[in-house]
Amino acid sequence: MQCQICNERDATIHLTEITDGVRTEMHICEHCAAEQDIAVKSHIPINELLSNLLAVQPTDEEISGGSDQKLACPTCGFTLAQFRKEGVLGCPGDYEVFEDVLAPLIEKAHDGRTTHCGKVPLRTPVDAKKQLELLNLRQRLEAAVRSEDYELAAQLRDKIKQAEM
Amino acid sequence: MKLTDMSNDINEWFNGSGPMADIVISSRIRLARNLAGHKFLSRCSNAEKSEILDKLRDVMMSLDLGDKVFYVSVDKAPSLNKHFLVERHLISRHLAFGKGPRGVVIAEREFFTAMINEEDHLRLQVLKAGCQLAQCAQQMNRIDDMIEEKIDFAFSPRYGYLTACPTNLGTGIRVSVMLHLPALKMTGQIEKFFNAAKDLSLAVRGLFGEGTEAASDLYQLSNQVTLGVSEADIVSRFEKTIIPEIVEYENAARRQLLSKQSDLLDDKISRAIALLQNAHLISSQEALFLLSHLRLGINMHKYMGASTPAIEKLRTLCGAGDGPDEASRLSITTINRLFMLTLPAHLQLNCGKTLDATGRDALRAQIIRSALSQDTPGKS
Repeated sequence: MQCQICNERDATIHLTEITDGVRTEMHICEHCAAEQDIAVKSHIPINELLSNLLAVQPTDEEISGGSDQKLACPTCGFTLAQFRKEGVLGCPGDYEVFEDVLAPLIEKAHDGRTTHCGKVPLRTPVDAKKQLELLNLRQRLEAAVRSEDYELAAQLRDKIKQAEM
Repeated sequence: MKLTDMSNDINEWFNGSGPMADIVISSRIRLARNLAGHKFLSRCSNAEKSEILDKLRDVMMSLDLGDKVFYVSVDKAPSLNKHFLVERHLISRHLAFGKGPRGVVIAEREFFTAMINEEDHLRLQVLKAGCQLAQCAQQMNRIDDMIEEKIDFAFSPRYGYLTACPTNLGTGIRVSVMLHLPALKMTGQIEKFFNAAKDLSLAVRGLFGEGTEAASDLYQLSNQVTLGVSEADIVSRFEKTIIPEIVEYENAARRQLLSKQSDLLDDKISRAIALLQNAHLISSQEALFLLSHLRLGINMHKYMGASTPAIEKLRTLCGAGDGPDEASRLSITTINRLFMLTLPAHLQLNCGKTLDATGRDALRAQIIRSALSQDTPGKS
């Protein structure tokens, strides 16, 4: 396809504009695009991509009418506000706790894909319930150490060892 | 092993060998993994980070990799050593300048590293020279299997391997190649490469990863999608579609330079030779930029049989005359040595003291001048 402006070079940029429901298409080459000041942004860094995706996500309030705005992961205490700020989650359990918000975001970040395909662990993976139990035990262990309740801490440590077997 | 044992030579995957080595400098595969039953690092106390570090370090040090491994405690390492490890692509900036207990296990031949407590608990990396993604993937999978015999990773049947950032979810695999694309740049067509990458949902980064510039016309191209596509499919798409397409773009640009713009090509190469032979102060950025043009000239001779006045001059400098192939191989190794050994942290580790910017620029210029001097061809 030839460029609609210079009629010389190949059209490599294809613009579709919809104004008041009327759709217009334009096919132009890189050279003419540059002359027309049509920016062709070629590279979006992954963190920018993520924050763009986050920015278009509905806010907590929009999703839940405000009631779940302070929804925190029972295991790690993580909130969506923190996720927006840091771009990383608090614990594996967050994928379930915040599923409603994360699922569309994950789908966008992975070109519409939603389910794992590929390698699975050789051994039967520790099931989700057990993983959460371990996380909870570790959380309680930290609290026990902080409050210097060493007897409880010792018990919890034994339980963690048992759960890891 | 001491870092100074490594710093006076280039690593195996940067020696200019391997398939398609004129354009594909190296292949790398990274895996992101997290221990089951632990929080992600952003919510871990230092005590929990230490527990994770100890556990993973023990496992990594016990693997049978066919090479000796050593451990560097990154949080305790001097700043110069951290910069050095980043320059050699053995650790990421995130690990080097992050917080809390963290470290890296490195195979002595540098084809494998395991970063512990980076963004995820474990980031594994396998590197090879040239286009060898399938071999990287095979080795990585074997190593990952060995690790999984000893520990459980956070995994969900729906989302696969669970990572701190949802963009790494699923396979947790990041496949990347380092490409040398000087002709696309010289002929003003580099946007073509950027656009192709974007259309294919790939990320382009500079020489030292996210947020860095494309020094020396080197670009890292990597996959962004990690969920819903198998490791094998990602790798095979790179090897069968993406890499051949971009290599063909670059080769077409090289042919164009030869047939239609040989003055431009010779001008760039001759200027690079003149500056590198005569400069007394040269910044790292400038040296990388100029060395790129020498690499282009040498490879155009070796792979395309190109012969222009500037390329012939370059060949004499690099000790041509012992048979074209050997001469070319020697030259690319020389260029890559100059490239890596004149990076700021390498310079300082090798001279045994810290240098300010001017001191580094002077030493860098001296090393390059002596390697490219006509009296003593750089047969290092």
